[in-house]
Amino acid sequence: MWRDALLVAGKDLRIEARSRVATNQIAPFAFLVLVLFAFALDADRTVLAKTSAGLFWVAVLFSSLLAVQRSASVESADGARDQLRLSGLDPAGIFLGKAAAVAAQLLVLEVLLGAGVVILYGTHLSGILLIVATCVAATMGLAAAGTLYGSLAAGLKVRETLLPLLLLPVAAPVLLAATKASQAALDGTPAAGTGWVRLLAAFAVIYLTFGVIAFGSLLEES
Amino acid sequence: MSYVIAGYAITFGSIAGYALRVRWRTRSLQRALREERG
Amino acid sequence: MTSTIAPTTVETAPAPRRKGWIGPTLGAAALAASAAAAVQGLVVMGPTANQGQYSRLLVVHPPLATGAYLAFGVTVVASVLFLIPRTRRPEWDQLAGASAEIGVLFCALTLVTGSIWGHNTWGVWWTWDARLTAEALLLALYLGYLALRRVPAEETVRGRRCAIAALVAALDIPVDHFATSWWRTLHQGSSISLTQPDKHLDAAHGVGLLLGFIAIALVYAWLLGHRYRLEQLETRYESEGLSLALEERRAEGVER
Repeated sequence: MWRDALLVAGKDLRIEARSRVATNQIAPFAFLVLVLFAFALDADRTVLAKTSAGLFWVAVLFSSLLAVQRSASVESADGARDQLRLSGLDPAGIFLGKAAAVAAQLLVLEVLLGAGVVILYGTHLSGILLIVATCVAATMGLAAAGTLYGSLAAGLKVRETLLPLLLLPVAAPVLLAATKASQAALDGTPAAGTGWVRLLAAFAVIYLTFGVIAFGSLLEES
Repeated sequence: MSYVIAGYAITFGSIAGYALRVRWRTRSLQRALREERG
Repeated sequence: MTSTIAPTTVETAPAPRRKGWIGPTLGAAALAASAAAAVQGLVVMGPTANQGQYSRLLVVHPPLATGAYLAFGVTVVASVLFLIPRTRRPEWDQLAGASAEIGVLFCALTLVTGSIWGHNTWGVWWTWDARLTAEALLLALYLGYLALRRVPAEETVRGRRCAIAALVAALDIPVDHFATSWWRTLHQGSSISLTQPDKHLDAAHGVGLLLGFIAIALVYAWLLGHRYRLEQLETRYESEGLSLALEERRAEGVER
């Protein structure tokens, strides 16, 4: 399973390296979201700095929608799905691989967005360790749930409108927990954030486990 | 108090409305199935 | 890709007009219980010190909230049964869909009654109370599931897809609860919770609450029976006669 996961993750990341969709489209989109927030909040730096944790994670959430869409659409072109099914790869491995690829892209994006938030909103970074832990846990959860729903909606004509409707409610607690944890880190009270990180970790474990179990069923459909 | 009554009305009213809708759809499907069989 | 369900025969004998007694009896019971609950709530129960007239909503709001979760629970269990190959039958998928629709109804009503209650206590039509927020998320999860059900596809494919979506959503619910309740306990000091009745409730309120639960449970069962039958009819309708046109329409829903 792990070998297949690495294989699939490598494949997805290589496709990304060649097509550069994440760097050319998703990252700019994420920054655009940050800019739009500034417009919406009247570029009031105090407000922006205060709410930057939440705004950051909203931007990440929207970007994850795009990343997951992209990850799923890679397979639905040219009957790649059927080939994937017939390839004999362990479905659990395929799931983990795709989720890992999405997670990797999101993590890179988060670093960039973090810099963006510091520069654009004037946020003062602190509690780096907590922030890193939050990012890792939240990203794994988002990638897992996103890969599940992405695959589920893949190949449907209504995918673009359906996926957000499916994924965002499920991701809502991630947004909440990640914001609270990041906020605790930025406020200089990292102790308050550890509970939230645990919640994020639980979320990630739950969905990764479920994905490993259920992905085979998902691939089965025509 | 009027809000409370409204709450009750909305609750039972929508339940009844939903039930009627289900019944209407059921009847029309049953009719259509009968016609299908000729 | 062979279907795991035996194809329904096109030539079916006309369904015998069984005068079932369960449906009407259930309906009558639901009606009676609802009437009793309403009377208890509006007439018998008196206003309370803390909440005034609004404690009457105790008869509808908590039962509806419970009903919404119950309905979703049925959807989840039916989805699991549908996914497990050994227990897979189209009936489970139909049950899941039927229960979900009723659940949406109850969920929306929960939010409406909760909002009315909250308006009295906090003066605003919506508050980010932990339970209300969790219910709102539940509604969103439901709506996603129902939207997925509407996507045309072959029966088993659609059923399996929806079943997995239901499970993904179900796993989210406990996480939701922890998250929202931690979230709100950090903020508020309000001692009155929407679903926790005050300790100083008298017997009339207790009876009202009980009647409310009974009424909603009966209503759920009654609605479920009818909606489930409708779901079965729709399945039969689709497989009989119009299969060709429907196949074409279904093909539109999937990119090739």
